[in-house]
Amino acid sequence: MRNTAMNMVHKLAARDERVLYIGSDPGAGTLRAMSKEFPKRHLIEGISEAHIIGMSAGLAMEGFVPYVNTIATFLTRRCYEQVAVDLCLHNLPVRLIANGGGLVYAPLGPTHQAIEDIAIMRALPNMTVVCPCDADEAARLMEKTLDWTGPIYIRLGKGGDAIVSKAEHGFEIGKAILMRPPGDVLMVTTGIMLQRAIAAADLLAAQGIRAGILHMHTVKPFDTEALLQSVRGVKLVATLEEHVPSGGLGSAVAEALIDKLGSGLPAMLRLSLPDRFMHNYGSQDSLLKKHGLSAAAIATSIERAHAASHTPSPQLHST
Amino acid sequence: MIQISPHAEAALTCTLDERSLYLRRLVLGSVRSAGRGHVGPALSLIEMVRVLYDDVLRIDPNSPRDPDRDRAILSKGHGCLALYALLADRGFFPLSELDGFCGTDSILGGHPEYGMVPGVEASTGALGHGLSIGVGLALAARLRERNYRTFVLLGDGEINEGSVWEAAMGAAKHGLDNLVAMIDYNKLQSYGPTDYVLPLEPLADKWRSFGFAVQELNGHDVGALRTVLKQVPAVPGKPTAIICHTVKGKGLPAAESNADWHHKNKLTDSELDAIRVAVGDF
Repeated sequence: MRNTAMNMVHKLAARDERVLYIGSDPGAGTLRAMSKEFPKRHLIEGISEAHIIGMSAGLAMEGFVPYVNTIATFLTRRCYEQVAVDLCLHNLPVRLIANGGGLVYAPLGPTHQAIEDIAIMRALPNMTVVCPCDADEAARLMEKTLDWTGPIYIRLGKGGDAIVSKAEHGFEIGKAILMRPPGDVLMVTTGIMLQRAIAAADLLAAQGIRAGILHMHTVKPFDTEALLQSVRGVKLVATLEEHVPSGGLGSAVAEALIDKLGSGLPAMLRLSLPDRFMHNYGSQDSLLKKHGLSAAAIATSIERAHAASHTPSPQLHST
Repeated sequence: MIQISPHAEAALTCTLDERSLYLRRLVLGSVRSAGRGHVGPALSLIEMVRVLYDDVLRIDPNSPRDPDRDRAILSKGHGCLALYALLADRGFFPLSELDGFCGTDSILGGHPEYGMVPGVEASTGALGHGLSIGVGLALAARLRERNYRTFVLLGDGEINEGSVWEAAMGAAKHGLDNLVAMIDYNKLQSYGPTDYVLPLEPLADKWRSFGFAVQELNGHDVGALRTVLKQVPAVPGKPTAIICHTVKGKGLPAAESNADWHHKNKLTDSELDAIRVAVGDF
């Protein structure tokens, strides 16, 4: 996914002279081909994220479209005020390409695990937050970034994630994709949780539970309309995210349902990471499994909540 | 033992001409109307902003977004009363707007906002942002092969922020000789002396070692400011830093070098009388 996104920056740069790549201190050889073809528009600026965001703002004020790239935690926590003030307050078209969203950097520990990035980015006015599920979707997203107004936070996965997105679904920033029609259950996903949702839906189907999947690749602006259409007749909405429980996809879904439905809410199950820093290492997969986000654990949690959702009064569940 | 710069001594003793007094009347009129404002930080800055807008910047108030205009960013956004006075006086917006300072529907807030105030290039107020934005503007000029220059006005307390030094390294890396950092070195931040809060000396050596061509002067000396600012870049191929030795609260004896006047709420009758004595009726 990362290589695809990077190569797309090169491709966009070839098409549009406004495009700049700005890395802090990325891996050796990152976008080497672009650096040779467009040396003036391939900028490596050092481990100085606060400065890089401000500099990108200045470049965007002059009509450039900078694609800023480093590890997700450094692009969010380190320079949050610059992102808020320089990018969001000025509503500038800077694209933040965040390597290793979620637990991609699991073995490197909590300083490198971006577990609250969606929450803090979506809290900012004017910010757009997109979490593609695979390399193909990342490529379709990147095509749409050139002329999008305002800043975009792009949360990239590990790379090598199974390709589950489909070209026929197309891609529009802010438009969710219904991957499976809802039954009693609707799963709402973002990023690489889609693959797990598909596997979980198959497991649930074997148990006789029909579970739809709404892929909310864009968490902000939130596609409330798609959500409302998809929850019609659904007894249980389950949100899946590689993120702490506060402020992420589950929160966005709950907010939209409460705001628009008021009463008569479906039962809700928010499956997420716990509200704590990870002190385990291993791999993205092993940590997701440890926190109940394997396909099997997701299916089990949904099966239980589905059974409980048959009780007459609306309930909110949380993990 | 740190040597006191002769420019700092000159800043303390130099007198102000009528235009400098007039601009101070505009600033203090805004403070009187609003019942609040950063007085000291604006008064130390006035001559720096005055010379920029009167004599140096290639700008047209009737065309504030002209792509070839020089860019100026007030990175120490809390000094905005000085900027507002100059922008109003130069015709970017009516002088009457100054009376609305900090009002609910005013365009003039306690920190300057891009898109709200004609002539303001960037929203500032959170410190340590302006130089990085300036690096971006200057680099854009290079990439676009445009001749505009970028001036960034920084506070001395502001350069406590590490991001300023990140930006300095970036400016030097790119050899941005179309970028000028002007430091309002009034030696007093909110709590007290910069030497107490976080010592900056040797300040000129710091900027030199970060790759800037450095000039020092009395920041209230209009003639010296004109001379130095008209000769930028000081060294081709290098960004310029101009350390402007100033006096916080300059022009108001009660406020000069007095941290209590960093931000002022309501001005008392006796303070207003003292201001009239110092800068004239307003």
